[in-house]
Amino acid sequence: MANIFSSSIGKKFVMSISGAFLLVFLLLHASINLAAVASEEAYNMACHFMDTNILIQIMVPVLALGFVVHIVYAIILTLHNMKARPVKYAVGNQAEATFASRNMFVLGLIVLGFLTIHLSHFWAKMQLQHFVGGTATENPYLLVKTTLSNPANAIMYLVWIWALWFHLSHGFWSAFQTLGASNQIWIPRLKVASYIYATIIAVSFTIVPLYFVLFAK
Amino acid sequence: MNLTLKIWRQANAKARGAFETYNVSDISPDSSFLEMLDILNLQLVRAGKDPVVVEKGCRGPVAFDHDCREGICGMCSLYINGRAHGPDDDITTCQLHMRKFKDGDTITIEPWRSAGFPVVKDLVVDRGAYDKILQAGGFISVNTGGVPDANAIPIPKPKADESMDAAACIGCGACAATCKNGSAMLFVAARVSSLALLPQGKMEAARRAKAMVAKMDELGFGACTNTQACEAECPKGISVAHIARLNREFLSAKLKD
Repeated sequence: MANIFSSSIGKKFVMSISGAFLLVFLLLHASINLAAVASEEAYNMACHFMDTNILIQIMVPVLALGFVVHIVYAIILTLHNMKARPVKYAVGNQAEATFASRNMFVLGLIVLGFLTIHLSHFWAKMQLQHFVGGTATENPYLLVKTTLSNPANAIMYLVWIWALWFHLSHGFWSAFQTLGASNQIWIPRLKVASYIYATIIAVSFTIVPLYFVLFAK
Repeated sequence: MNLTLKIWRQANAKARGAFETYNVSDISPDSSFLEMLDILNLQLVRAGKDPVVVEKGCRGPVAFDHDCREGICGMCSLYINGRAHGPDDDITTCQLHMRKFKDGDTITIEPWRSAGFPVVKDLVVDRGAYDKILQAGGFISVNTGGVPDANAIPIPKPKADESMDAAACIGCGACAATCKNGSAMLFVAARVSSLALLPQGKMEAARRAKAMVAKMDELGFGACTNTQACEAECPKGISVAHIARLNREFLSAKLKD
């Protein structure tokens, strides 16, 4: 284990493990969200579960740590990579590479920027209050409904979700590649899985603001 | 063909460089890119720019690296119009032909840009960093003794093929030059992978991966973000699947420590 985290591959290892952890979190988040489309009772029940289940309470700080580690290592690696090319090219790189793979850090910043707004919209008024001993909103469904039925908010969420789609479309297979869990046959398969995963997440996230802005009365 | 060339000129490693513009005319579409540069240099020499003594204010011919001119030595480089080894796939710059350009084009020619590859002069960069990475572990230790029979150790054909695909690396540096992170991972991976796949190399695989990655990091190359630009620009089409193997070898070696 000696000096593993001082090596470039060791730092990438941290990125992929923390990223994979966040991928699992997104699946849970997306499934809870869909309860809001099902019914008010279902969503409020799901929120109650998230506020009381002991495993979830343990995982909340772990999740926060996962985000912090992923972001801190992204900054460390990006600064390191910028130093590897002190003199820039005059002509931009024309080599074939996906938009997402070239812009992971920028996409990550966009995701992070909206994440802070998102946390202030919901989490700060819901689960956070249980941790700090404040009063959480009594009807989470109503909070979601009033926030997302505002078209400006809904549009912001859609932009955010689809920036996340790009981030995930590269991040998913990239995590496997960094861990060494791929080869010539599995790289194309993992890329397909990447697009499927990113699309499942983005579509299930998109349904919620669309539903509230179009149908919620 | 008549072309406008924007070429990076830099007197030496410490001097400040800048682009200079040149015009070349009557270039055959069948001539190679390096032949076109030869014609430019001849033109510069004939115009009184001494090829040996570079007088004050006179830069002389354009310096660029080349050797075999048949795509196997890995000596030529050049970042042409935003692409390492120019606008064609699976070739080195010496195999690039002027038919890939159009009459009247402006072509921008830059040296490899990487902290690991300092510019020596004009378009020539020092790729000694790759040699240092190889010296750190890109070999197998052979103790003296009798010559073993060929094929005494059976090697499955798919493994031998994959090893040979990685061994095709000519160390030209296009991977680090094109990578947005200036990462040398494809080069290191090709060496580690081609040896790790064979019984002769497997013995030292863990030590090799650790030593070569440590040297790569030390020499200022960036970290891989899996854009696959290196694979797209590699003149030998070496797959990033070898990077996955390098990651495997390195991480398992480190986790055992």
